[in-house]
Amino acid sequence: MLNQVMFFLFGAMIVIFSLLTVTSRKVLRAAVFLLFVLISTAGLYFALSYNFLAAVQLTVYAGGIVVLIIFSILLTSQVSEKAVMAPVKQSLLSALSVGAGAILTLMTIFKFAFVPNPGTDPQYNITDVGTALVSYKRDGYALPFEVISVLLLAAMIGAIVVAKKESIKK
Amino acid sequence: MIQNIPLSYYLVISTLMFFIGIYGFLTRRNLITMLMSVELILNSVNINFVAFNRYLYPQQLEGHFFTLIVVAVAAAESAVAIAIIINIYRNFKSVDVENVDEMKY
Repeated sequence: MLNQVMFFLFGAMIVIFSLLTVTSRKVLRAAVFLLFVLISTAGLYFALSYNFLAAVQLTVYAGGIVVLIIFSILLTSQVSEKAVMAPVKQSLLSALSVGAGAILTLMTIFKFAFVPNPGTDPQYNITDVGTALVSYKRDGYALPFEVISVLLLAAMIGAIVVAKKESIKK
Repeated sequence: MIQNIPLSYYLVISTLMFFIGIYGFLTRRNLITMLMSVELILNSVNINFVAFNRYLYPQQLEGHFFTLIVVAVAAAESAVAIAIIINIYRNFKSVDVENVDEMKY
């Protein structure tokens, strides 16, 4: 009973705040709505009993990316100015095509009967996650782990090089 | 803790979130808000991975690790995108896609 209440609460928060994120005229407010969406998603992960994933979602997404977006909003625009939206005709056409796609996908989802695996809650702890991340045996994820660390290093260097000021040499 | 909640409900939430993100990507004119729409889309995909993993294969952690890696890629992507956006702002004094219409400055 309680888990149903929590699920519908988080689901409603996700849908409502996603809509507000893409329709709000004030950019900073849209970023705060995005923060609410990400926190509700972490709540869904807790409800699915993936606690480590929910913690990562909270720290990386809600803590890191939203702060980065808010910083860049403050650096690039006046907080008071309203965001420019697409013309009405284009908005209507986008809403129409997006609605058609959503209805098509939802019909497909409800047509297919998913049979859940009757298992208990997954019994895993943080040690298992850490061991799997660096294990190269079966069910190990050492290669993706290394690839992602190289990608993060490359992204960090690339971001610094792109965003740094031109030298005043010339 | 998934009793009485069908898998379809999670898929409905992630579908709605995905298409709302696409709508934002099509109608927004500000580069940063377009980036926020992309984050919505990535997040909805993560919900799909986690729900499928939990409901259909609760003994394994494939979707769990895939989501971890998608989160890391999203962080790298948004860092590079924001660096590019700040550079664009420095050159064009605007982050609206209408004003940024030439690659050479």
